[in-house]
Amino acid sequence: MGKVVLMQGNEACAEGAIAAGMRLYAGYPITPSTEIAEIAAYRLPHVGGMFIQMEDEIASIACAIGASVTGVKAMTATSGPGFSLKQENLGYAMMTEIPLVVVDVQRVGPSSGMPTSPAQGDVMMARWGTHGDHPVIALCPSSVKETYELTIRAFNLSEKYRTPVLLMMDEMIAHLREGVVLPEPGMIEIVNRTSVVDPDPKRPPYQVEPGQLVPAMAPFGAGQRYNITGLVHDESGFPTNSKTAAEKLMNRLMHKISDNYDDIVTHEELGMEDAEIAIFCYGGTMRAALTAMEEAREKGIKCGIFRAITLWPFPEKELEKATRHVRRILVAEHNYGQMVLEVERVVKGRCRVDFIGKYFGAVIAPADIMKRLEESNDGISR
Amino acid sequence: MEYLDDSVNLGRPSSNLIGKYMRTEHLPQIWCAGCSNGIVMRDVVQAIDNLHLDRDKTIIVSGIGCSSRAAGYMDFNTIHTTHGRALAFATGIKLANPRLSVIVIAGDGDIAAIGGNHLIHAARRNVGMTVVIMNNNIYGMTGGQFSPTTPTGAIGTTAPYGALDRTFDILNLAIGAGATYAARGSAFHVPQTIGLIQEGIRHKGFSIIDVVSTCPTYYGRANKSGGAVDMLAWQRDNMVPIAKAAKMSPEELKGKLVLGLLHQSEHPEYTEAYQELIRHIDEVRSHGF
Repeated sequence: MGKVVLMQGNEACAEGAIAAGMRLYAGYPITPSTEIAEIAAYRLPHVGGMFIQMEDEIASIACAIGASVTGVKAMTATSGPGFSLKQENLGYAMMTEIPLVVVDVQRVGPSSGMPTSPAQGDVMMARWGTHGDHPVIALCPSSVKETYELTIRAFNLSEKYRTPVLLMMDEMIAHLREGVVLPEPGMIEIVNRTSVVDPDPKRPPYQVEPGQLVPAMAPFGAGQRYNITGLVHDESGFPTNSKTAAEKLMNRLMHKISDNYDDIVTHEELGMEDAEIAIFCYGGTMRAALTAMEEAREKGIKCGIFRAITLWPFPEKELEKATRHVRRILVAEHNYGQMVLEVERVVKGRCRVDFIGKYFGAVIAPADIMKRLEESNDGISR
Repeated sequence: MEYLDDSVNLGRPSSNLIGKYMRTEHLPQIWCAGCSNGIVMRDVVQAIDNLHLDRDKTIIVSGIGCSSRAAGYMDFNTIHTTHGRALAFATGIKLANPRLSVIVIAGDGDIAAIGGNHLIHAARRNVGMTVVIMNNNIYGMTGGQFSPTTPTGAIGTTAPYGALDRTFDILNLAIGAGATYAARGSAFHVPQTIGLIQEGIRHKGFSIIDVVSTCPTYYGRANKSGGAVDMLAWQRDNMVPIAKAAKMSPEELKGKLVLGLLHQSEHPEYTEAYQELIRHIDEVRSHGF
């Protein structure tokens, strides 16, 4: 058992990344994620890693991808406006299957919005931000400790599935300081990509070997001279206009995530066993939901919480199962209504789905949720 | 430095070079007949051969456009990235593994328009890499729109009445931003260009070689520049070696392009400076400060 340390969410992210093996961070200053870059700049040279402040958000993710191609674990962090700019190369990393962690500390948008105020308005951009169909893994922490753990998990998943993984933080957790007990270094599970050890020049670089989830990856410089392109490519890594090859590639990219849903998706349930009303939430909103649930239970309202930890893939199987017996789901999120659409999709009209959202910089308070929990059944429904 | 003597190995015949360094199964390349990109690609490969670079440790990075397709034909570690971003990807590659030789092949639109910001800052940081620009004054891949290096008044499909925009000297920008090696070659001046690329690769820091190229299909037809041979002849007749240019008046140099090494200076290479920082921190910590 380690000692208790006082830590900020952004700090936990930077430290978690280093613990996961991140040895290159490329970033650009932006509120409210800047502390991640500041800590990376200070800490990385101490562990033989590198920090670079790039000229913009686009270059930051490009630089991180470049590093990952050589076999070095890399990360970039940003906030809404920067996350918009990163979408182009995020798609590139998905298409070329380069492991990478991208952190978005969400603030109020659109545009410059409210830089220091919390929001969760980028969760749909996390799913659909880059053009074209694409696979996505996005994780969302609701405490400082969980930020540390999920940053490590983000690296592990990105290495395992050869895909960029998004850590969708929010300003509430990023700037929250709380006492945490970090795991001892030896107690942390670290996953490394399947690397090509003895490169065979004839091996198609994008061929999935039997028993493997993804193609083994040869770091640039290790001896396998191959091509990486964002164009549709076949197993050889070279561009092709073949519709068959395009279909095969897209199916493989999507299936490597969807077929491993159970390995990737996590969530948390509290008091759902006998719940009649479920609060659906994620990220920093969990804090208010927890207090509201306790108050509601004291008042005799059978309330439970379903918290998505993996935002994408959406925990649809778990949500469907957990809410079979509830008569109402209250979705609480800091936006104008985004994940509520997913909840409605999963519930398919089986029960009422209500929504409470704040998208103007204010935080959803326990009292706000409490008020909606106490509403009668004929309250305003979406 | 004119490279007209025997110091530059031209590596003839070219077929030897193709067999050794090209992914022949992906040839012929997609470039139009008369395009000079093939000449410039060969210059790069010849420079690599002359320097005996370890091909497993040589990385070719490209962006998007006609020029960027070169990477796929070259038998090295090759990465065809996003439009304009090649230098940012290359920075990550070099930073993560400074022992690699990183060569970026870019077009004028790729490096000077959408990638202009990355060019400024890669030059400023002096990251050890070599940039070879296939500068054909046009967006060829998309069918002949004017680019930042299209001469003012020249025709492009998006400049049907002639480009109003001022043309852009990429090397002036790079030198201003801090590039420590800047040279101009051309598709016509093969030995000189091989020599300039070779020296650029040997140079410690950020090197950039602007290779004046030709696009007979789009630029040439739209501007009645003649065919591929006429366009190369223009380079022969209008490019002046830097030593000669030094003796010419501004009037005499009007309409001419200066060929050769335009600038070279010394500045700490970025990845070396960073490795030095790591060593320094390590030393301070091991002494318990």
